Amino acid sequence: MNTTVSNQRTKTYAATRNACKICAPLGASVVFKGVRNCVPLIHGSQGCSTYIRRYMISHYKEPMDIASTNFTEEAAIFGGERNFDTAVRNIIEQYNPESIAVASTCLSETIGDDMEKIIRQFKARHAGESLPDIFFASTPSYKGTHMDGFHAATLSLVKHFASSGEPTNKINVFPGFVSPQDIRNLKTILQDFGLEATFITDYDETMDNPSWYTYKNLPEGGTSIAQLQSAGSAMASVELGKTLAKQQEETAGTYLNHQFGIPKISLGLPIGIHESDAFFKALESLSGKESPAKYIAERGRLVDAYVDGHKYNFGKKAVVYGEEDLVIGLVSFLEEIGLDVVLCVSGGKSGQMKRILKEDIQIKSHTEILDDTDFEEMAERCREIRPDILIGNSKGYYISRELNIPLVRVGFPIHDRMGAQRVQHLAYIGTQSLFDKITNALIEKKQNESPVGYKYM
Amino acid sequence: MSDKKKIELPDPSDIKEDILAKYPKKVAKKRAKSMVINDPEMDQEQQSNVRTIPGIITQRGCCYAGCKGVVLGPTRDIVNLTHGPIGCGFYSWLTRRNQTDPGPDGENYMTYCFSTDMQDSNIVFGGEKKLADAIREAYEIFKPHAISIFSTCPIGLIGDDIHTVARQMKQELGINVFGFSCEGYKGVSQSAGHHIANNRIFTDVVGLDDVVRPGKFRVNLLGEYNIGGDAFILEKYFEQMDINLVSTYSGNSTVRDFENSHTVDLNMVMCHRSINYIAEMMEKKYGIPWIKVNFIGAEATAKSLRKIAEYFEDDQLKSKVEKIIKSEMKEVKIVIDQVKPRLEGKVAMMYVGGSRAHHYQELFNEMGMVTVSAGYEFAHRDDYEGRKVLDSIKIDADSRNIEELTVVKDETKFRPELPEKKASLLEKGYRFEDYEGMMPDMKKNSLVVDDISHWESEKLIEYYKPDIFCAGIKEKYVIQKYGIPMKQLHSYDYGGPYAGFKGAINFYKEIDRMINTNVWKLIAPPWKNQPEIVAKMADVEY
Repeated sequence: MNTTVSNQRTKTYAATRNACKICAPLGASVVFKGVRNCVPLIHGSQGCSTYIRRYMISHYKEPMDIASTNFTEEAAIFGGERNFDTAVRNIIEQYNPESIAVASTCLSETIGDDMEKIIRQFKARHAGESLPDIFFASTPSYKGTHMDGFHAATLSLVKHFASSGEPTNKINVFPGFVSPQDIRNLKTILQDFGLEATFITDYDETMDNPSWYTYKNLPEGGTSIAQLQSAGSAMASVELGKTLAKQQEETAGTYLNHQFGIPKISLGLPIGIHESDAFFKALESLSGKESPAKYIAERGRLVDAYVDGHKYNFGKKAVVYGEEDLVIGLVSFLEEIGLDVVLCVSGGKSGQMKRILKEDIQIKSHTEILDDTDFEEMAERCREIRPDILIGNSKGYYISRELNIPLVRVGFPIHDRMGAQRVQHLAYIGTQSLFDKITNALIEKKQNESPVGYKYM
Repeated sequence: MSDKKKIELPDPSDIKEDILAKYPKKVAKKRAKSMVINDPEMDQEQQSNVRTIPGIITQRGCCYAGCKGVVLGPTRDIVNLTHGPIGCGFYSWLTRRNQTDPGPDGENYMTYCFSTDMQDSNIVFGGEKKLADAIREAYEIFKPHAISIFSTCPIGLIGDDIHTVARQMKQELGINVFGFSCEGYKGVSQSAGHHIANNRIFTDVVGLDDVVRPGKFRVNLLGEYNIGGDAFILEKYFEQMDINLVSTYSGNSTVRDFENSHTVDLNMVMCHRSINYIAEMMEKKYGIPWIKVNFIGAEATAKSLRKIAEYFEDDQLKSKVEKIIKSEMKEVKIVIDQVKPRLEGKVAMMYVGGSRAHHYQELFNEMGMVTVSAGYEFAHRDDYEGRKVLDSIKIDADSRNIEELTVVKDETKFRPELPEKKASLLEKGYRFEDYEGMMPDMKKNSLVVDDISHWESEKLIEYYKPDIFCAGIKEKYVIQKYGIPMKQLHSYDYGGPYAGFKGAINFYKEIDRMINTNVWKLIAPPWKNQPEIVAKMADVEY
């Protein structure tokens, strides 16, 4: 065993079979849904908006108002400017939003609709009217994955709104694609440090609403325009995601740094002790305060749990899949608890995942890393490796079923379990929740398969 | 139903005006024609199958969704390859919950999602080579019976010729390969995709296998998609009747069965909207008559089964049908008696599909519930007003681009005895091609709304305060935020089956559970000094 060091693929495929990635406008929609009183507008066929809404709803189980410019054959030939005009006017009429966030599609990008110009001309035509802010992210689905759309949307927001001003003590937080509960947890942590934070974006409340007493056509919560504007005068930006940190192209954090001189702190997703420590350390230096006792205790309990659960986790072979930054964060944590991560899989292709896992996380030499891949390639490897557990989203369920091993659901999409919005991944508290889930999944499997049915495992 | 109370609905003119007042003038004018205050005694034109207005949030999908997702999605022995960037293939990856039974051979590709995953270089230089490679690859891995290609938006624009690639691959691999030009921007909804799917299956699949299968009676069931196992329920009835159900379009289906589907004696159409094309084309080419059936609702199921037996004019078959109805209705009655006292007079609204919003009213009627407002997502005028309006439907620019095949009689395979049988039955008063649409079955003053928008459903909920609202997943959590139970009639909320007698029983119990659960009473926190939402719903009287 453990002789395969090489990550060379034996075969490459023309088709993608069971994609381990989603299209760019979906990522942009998630970001835009985190802007207060904002209606996202997808510039393309109505199917794009319908499919994306449908997918996000099956995960978040919330209303998901995302408009479309409803391209017809005519618009596909002559351009979508007229449709855009109608769409924006109708959105204003129905929602009276503070902003409209436009994402392009493969259709509008292929025909070459110049969105900046279309938006400019719209504003010129309606000069003198009180219009919502309209901004745009280029998200053709033939470029990259939903994460590229996610980051493009984030960047478009700061580019559009951030402005210079009196320096403040605020912190910009770019959390990446995590759960609403994660954002909620991070908010509490920053608050406990006495830090005023702007989450870009803050999809905590907007994507996990309580039951309402009266209906709201735009959900509460989200990052306000004033907050987005103040991103240009913040004390620092914290950008989560290790591939993002190494990305060649501009990110929201680097833009704010270049444009306004705001220091950027790049961290991994704080999963596990090591990465969470780095996160708390950063907050300590930003706030000038020591970590509150509450978090020292959380950390202590987490380490205590690591010790208690080690016998169940040690040496168990795990396969981790999903967005690259999530995979990196998870692997860092799983290595701490003694799980043997044998395979890391992502549909993303930043080109950074391998190096980061090897250099930053120092994974074992036998760990295989597959990026820019699909679930079928993962399934083929799994049949050979025979892992004990899968950790990733609902789409890998069929592999866990085939191999008869547990799947611990994290990331997006989770549509075959309740509580996708409330899955905790980040900081000590989120890691604790992941740890319990993973360890219990392994215990449950062992218990179910024991011939006697022992209650002590 | 004999004990149906006489219920009069209020005239919803005011709320209609209210809704329209919010729209810009032109939009209001257009939407007004899509909202009709029903009078079943009158001929009223229901605007439908027209473009959704940009910015008005629709529940409609696209042409690709109708073609790949709806019609071909449930067929298991074909590799469906999406040609385009990754999103479309991913989003249609078994999301409709069509069930299938691969049986002992196990051939089933439905659980896969194949995509050419076009990258920017493919958009610039064309994707035909990648497509051909992907087809070869799929063949190499699976050796499937057939492979089909579905074009997404950019494909039509960059000019990839999927049909030529399909022909070349067919020759090279020796299996059936065909393509659908179902780019998302075509037509006004998924309905365009249904039509495109019907056409290509008809030209490239139907009629390839002439071996007449055994059995005294052979039929196809068209427009039944086996959501939640509906088709499994119906298949059992056909077994019990000794009718050979050659193919279902397309729940629990195979391409092999489609190839043979021109050998039947009768086509039965469930979802008129998505599949009537193939029924019509089969009649022209092969002489097979078609009838409309409905297996949603116990009474409707009984009626449809009797109608099938009448077509075959066979006493043995008729007595088998009566036996099924008698034994199944016994169970149906037990459950109806249980739930009816809790549900009678309750109010339902439904906006879904191209036939479901009509068919499901049957089930609500059986529980004594009232449908106050309904509409389709992607239907045409004939689905609302009946086939009598077919000749008067204006073909607009969006529909003109969807090919209408010219079908001629197949001189060798045409079966003249079938039209003869049809003629003789017609004389006896038996009715073929008999879809009268949704509106004649709805009450006076019910509000019929086509392609309802978010905004409209919100206003109508406030107005009608329904006890249950039926639509799809996109509306689900909006409606439930109002404290109103919402039943998905696309995916069945991962429940079902709801077809046939057993399905009806499932549905009665489900609606009883949803409406009468305690959960709704918990919404208002005790410190809120306002009447409970449930109390408000109960106050509504019609």
